[in-house]
Amino acid sequence: MSKWLISAKRIIIENPVIVMMIGLCPALAVTNTVRSSLGIGIATSFVLILANTILSLTKKIMPDKIRIHISIIIIATVVTIVDYFMQAFYPDLRQTLGIFVPLIVVNCIILSRVEAFTIRNSVVDVVLDGLAAGIGFTLMLAVIGAIREILGHGTFLGNPIFGGDFKRFPITFMILPPGAFLAVGILMGLFNKYIKKPK
Amino acid sequence: MKNLALIFWSAFLVNNIILIRLIGLCPCFGITNTIETSAYMGITTTIVMIISTWLTWIIFHGILFPLNLVYLRTASFILLIIIIVQLLEMLLKRLYRKLYNTLGIYLTLFTANCAILAVTFLITESNFDILQATIFAIGTGAGFAMVIIIFATLRERLEFAPVSPTLKGYPIAFLATSLIALAFLGFYGLFGIM
Repeated sequence: MSKWLISAKRIIIENPVIVMMIGLCPALAVTNTVRSSLGIGIATSFVLILANTILSLTKKIMPDKIRIHISIIIIATVVTIVDYFMQAFYPDLRQTLGIFVPLIVVNCIILSRVEAFTIRNSVVDVVLDGLAAGIGFTLMLAVIGAIREILGHGTFLGNPIFGGDFKRFPITFMILPPGAFLAVGILMGLFNKYIKKPK
Repeated sequence: MKNLALIFWSAFLVNNIILIRLIGLCPCFGITNTIETSAYMGITTTIVMIISTWLTWIIFHGILFPLNLVYLRTASFILLIIIIVQLLEMLLKRLYRKLYNTLGIYLTLFTANCAILAVTFLITESNFDILQATIFAIGTGAGFAMVIIIFATLRERLEFAPVSPTLKGYPIAFLATSLIALAFLGFYGLFGIM
């Protein structure tokens, strides 16, 4: 039971993006729309869980000196699988996400979880931890994506939600790079004000 | 020749890797505190970028593409970059001890620096020849160095600025970056580069 509680805590209080400041590149670059945010979030979570499970199962037979190299090759293999899966089944999404799909391999969230958690814990804990970090990441990306899509396109998941003048003149600024920094900065400020853990 | 100049300006300003492509943000926000460290970091990153561009270009066009092994691109490129970074680390440790001590653990973080890997991916996807690839890597590295130096100066000023406690630290840095990125959007269309 406590394990679940700890995982739930990690989703919000230790959110990778706005609290730990890791995994920023995809969080800013491909959150134009909710659809691409969810796409990159789910892909990253899948890689995180699968790669960490494999690494946790093989940690006993892994030579210490080249552990990082082997970890990265395993992560790269999983990323390649995800990349080709997306190219086959969601070609338009892969087109939108571009090089950010292969770049999952250097996502700091995955490497930091491997270094900090996977090598010391059992498989069940590792899967749970990956799930928590993945959900936290995907959720935060979806929130950023929703803010930017609603303000920048006037739509949510492609469905128009505003009529009239807003539809003709949306705040295009929000879907451009500066809008990403603005949205993330304001979210961090709100987090500091309302949810931040007491010191 | 004109083509090469366009590639350089596109990589340096118009499609700046940090502010417009939004790649390589972690080192920017995480570690750039003083101008000196940032400058060293920028120069070292540029050198690693150029070397890894050459090697990955040779591997991609010499081995992976002719043998129809393109699906090994991600794994082989990242492994190559790790090896280059570790070699550089050893080299600096032996030859330039002082620089090594200044950069310290940041060097190991190069491995997780998405900017270097991203450059090699962008080059393979744009089908550049080796000269164009080199110019692209130099331009991107120069753009990266310029922006992290701007960031270092910005953060030095923000330390002393009267900011409300809610926005202190990272949030205000992000809001300021938003304005810098807005300024960089002004380069859009410069020399007809989109």
